[in-house]
Amino acid sequence: MAKEKSLIHPYIPNSVPEIKEEMLKEIGVKDVETLYQEIPDRLRLRRKLNLPEPFLAESELKKHVKSLLSKNKTCEENLNFLGGGCWQHYVPAVCDEIIGRSEVLTAYTGEEYSDLGRMQMYFEYQSELGELLGMDVVCLPVYSWGVAASFAIRMASRITGRNEVLLPKTVSPERLATIRTFCQPVATPGHIDVKLIGYDSKAGLLDLEDLKNKVSSKTAVVYFENPSYLGFIESQGAKISEIAQANGALSIVGVDPISLGMLPAPPDYGADIAVGSIQPLGVHMNCGGSTAGFIASRDEEKYVAEYPSFLISITGTIEEGEYAFSNCTFERTAYMKRDKAKDFIGTTANLWALSAAVYMALMGPHGFEEIGELIIQRSHYAIKLLSEIKGINIPFSPNSFKEFVVNFNGTGKTVKEVNKALLKHNIFGGKDISQEFPELGNSALYCVTEIHSQDDIKKLANALKEVLAV
Amino acid sequence: MKEEVKLRKYHAPVWSEPVIMEMGRKGERGILIPEAEEEIKAAVGDAESYIPVEMRRRQLPRLPELSQPQVLRHYEHLTQETLGMEETIDISSGTCTMKYSPKVNEMLARMPQMTEIHPSQDEDTIQGILEIMYKFDLICREISGMDQFTLQPGGGSQAIYANVCVLRAYHDANGELAQRNEVITTIFSHPANAATSSTAGFKVITLMPDEDGYPDLEALKAACSKHTAGLMITNPEDTGIYNPRIEEYVNAVHEVGGLCFYDQANLNGILGIARAREVGFDACHFNLHKTFSSPHGSHGPACGAYGVKKELAKFLPTPVVTFDGKKYHLDYDRPYSIGRVREFLGNVGVVLRAYAWVMSMGADGLLEVAHTSVLNNNYLTKLLMAIPGITRPYAEGKIRLDQVRFSLEKLKADTGVGTVDVQSRMVDFGIQSFFLSHHPWIVPEPFTPEPCETYSKEDCDYWAAVLKQISKEAYSNPEIVKKAPHNSTIHRMDVAALAALDDPEKWAMTWRAYLKKGGKRK
Repeated sequence: MAKEKSLIHPYIPNSVPEIKEEMLKEIGVKDVETLYQEIPDRLRLRRKLNLPEPFLAESELKKHVKSLLSKNKTCEENLNFLGGGCWQHYVPAVCDEIIGRSEVLTAYTGEEYSDLGRMQMYFEYQSELGELLGMDVVCLPVYSWGVAASFAIRMASRITGRNEVLLPKTVSPERLATIRTFCQPVATPGHIDVKLIGYDSKAGLLDLEDLKNKVSSKTAVVYFENPSYLGFIESQGAKISEIAQANGALSIVGVDPISLGMLPAPPDYGADIAVGSIQPLGVHMNCGGSTAGFIASRDEEKYVAEYPSFLISITGTIEEGEYAFSNCTFERTAYMKRDKAKDFIGTTANLWALSAAVYMALMGPHGFEEIGELIIQRSHYAIKLLSEIKGINIPFSPNSFKEFVVNFNGTGKTVKEVNKALLKHNIFGGKDISQEFPELGNSALYCVTEIHSQDDIKKLANALKEVLAV
Repeated sequence: MKEEVKLRKYHAPVWSEPVIMEMGRKGERGILIPEAEEEIKAAVGDAESYIPVEMRRRQLPRLPELSQPQVLRHYEHLTQETLGMEETIDISSGTCTMKYSPKVNEMLARMPQMTEIHPSQDEDTIQGILEIMYKFDLICREISGMDQFTLQPGGGSQAIYANVCVLRAYHDANGELAQRNEVITTIFSHPANAATSSTAGFKVITLMPDEDGYPDLEALKAACSKHTAGLMITNPEDTGIYNPRIEEYVNAVHEVGGLCFYDQANLNGILGIARAREVGFDACHFNLHKTFSSPHGSHGPACGAYGVKKELAKFLPTPVVTFDGKKYHLDYDRPYSIGRVREFLGNVGVVLRAYAWVMSMGADGLLEVAHTSVLNNNYLTKLLMAIPGITRPYAEGKIRLDQVRFSLEKLKADTGVGTVDVQSRMVDFGIQSFFLSHHPWIVPEPFTPEPCETYSKEDCDYWAAVLKQISKEAYSNPEIVKKAPHNSTIHRMDVAALAALDDPEKWAMTWRAYLKKGGKRK
């Protein structure tokens, strides 16, 4: 039998048989199999893995993967009005350029000396976001907004020694599901009770009376969002924080950072901790695969001590005037304290923090102000055009930011039907929330950002007219 | 290593970059925002009128104001001051599997068919992504022997957290959650196993190593009881030695009704060699940013693919991808599911890269990965063990797989130069600082290299030659090592600089905090 041709793979230099022989000789063993002698035979997989035939040549691999990707329809070729926690904003070319550079794309856990640049970028990310949020402490990203809210709620629970969170029913159901996971089942020690607060059916705002009735000496935290999941601006922020704090609870606000050129920094209406997503800050949607959550707070020891995540501090070196950057109170983290740590952390989403750092530097104060204005103008233009369509009703809209609820009850069509029909016009209609919020009837959550031109919005309105007229 | 390896004359880039917050001039712009169309302005008026008075921003955020070329230059300098895996021989970051992330996969992942997709799009418009996720699930099933995977967790720790949530749901469904309140793990398992268990509400029992470095089996048996929810363990652990009695651990936990989770963040050395199923594990996870080549991204985005046996599949996070023979779907109707550990489907871009990598390897390629990573490790070990001051604790004579936890205890005793000093000196030769060990240091003065399949024989030779040089320096002129780095971007942080990191009066996570605490501009 002819000797089987061995696979020399371009990603594996030592797949060359002669090199392998040389190395085996150096080690002093006969073959690679000998190196596996510690694994008992009964645990060995004595067959070839049953995997699809590979595309060893790069040209063929590329063709294969492209053919799969071509089955996706993009928000570039189509007009997209989906939001709800993952939003289509413009990503400046410089952001892609920087995070595409191999030095940061392929870095990982290098120390301060070899990876000074990466550490400085982290610090700059924290510093810039701190200016938007009006907060002195910002951590490196956790996995998502929902996870950031969950960790912040757990921080508040530890700070106050209490085990209850109050939050409005208008919170994003996906975030709420994440929060529920982190608040643990009743049967486990450390369980945090999740209680929902009602909202005003006209404006969507949190029901302050309901909050006052439910808040108590058990309440660790009141969590609310601004703008809310349903798009409106929660104008009672200061009152909500006041009620929370008067009862010894903390106020945590979830914010969309792209709104912060127009909306106040969360501490201005009493927030003790702010959380949110940095995906709007120069990060592509990636089918929801580029979420990254932030947590920010005042610079107080009792807050800093409760962060589960990495906090990068500026410091110095033996050289006068030289900056260095390193982990603040690393002792807190799971890497040092294991089960005695403040929750857990690991590899999360730092590349997106680097993109956000570049984004915030490009935008500057005026960029944030202007983009906020533009988003509000364009989304309210869309609200205006859509509300003129027969059968469509837009609740909660007077004070919305970039998202708004579109109710189709009067049209005789379901959101599902409308969206299927819009698809034929190359439009991705708003997110169907009729299951998430049955009390809102047959409704969709629409999102309009700076990427939508007047023509795009008109196209949507015209398509809707056509679809609903049938 | 027959001939002397010539060490490179390396010097890291030094740009002395200011912090972006102290750069630029008032009025400069990095990017322009379009203005609303005249018709829109006429129709809706002033944007501020839509914001309740009490919710208007009074003062613009104090962000820097810079032109685009200056922003770009600053960040290019900072990237240059970062030693990426691609720029160096990153054998150093053991347990992290710093393998080559193929450029073609990166290119594919940046196509708009990946980046410009919204997760709530109609299923018909994301069939490609769903197909990739479904097929990657099948690939993971075959590699592990598990029956179904979720790709929702955004990292290894989050996958481990998903696992403890499944543990919880399983015992809850059996009405035993209140009673089963203990998770058993080992000191050489990743700290996330202990930490996530605690976050999920479990008490944690940690097994210490026996004389050979294996988790103490007798201690495990003694810990097993009606309170045991599960075991979370790695094999081989960071020592690199495959535990041949692993089934006994699994059986002991199964006997008392607990579940067994196999932390396979790194399974590079045993791809296609040994699987979780044959050992009897109920669940396992793979880090797609390690074994499966997705770039580490300066610490994410990542993915922890988490797989379980069919009895546990109903508990997996929602949604899961299904296939009806024609089309791919997202199944949200899962009454027993633990719910969510995060929003959306998971880091699908990472999954795409991992899928493309497996498809560029095939079964033979994956086996070759395992073989060469184990070969490289044993070759490097041979070189390192010849260097004065380096020892390899535990199980003398037993062959390690794809990594080893070495010790510089002897070097420290002989010369006063410890592992942190060596770590700082390495970067002077253009090599990434090595990973020491998670805490606590069971192995004194530890370091843990991992020469995965990416690295050539010459790469291993160079890496070992750097350590040989540093050892030589330690024995002849230890001050060189103790004062390192010398050729790096910055100088050494002294005791005061390090103490500031833990001092509330001095630490500063933001520029605004730094200025408040009397920090000086450059």
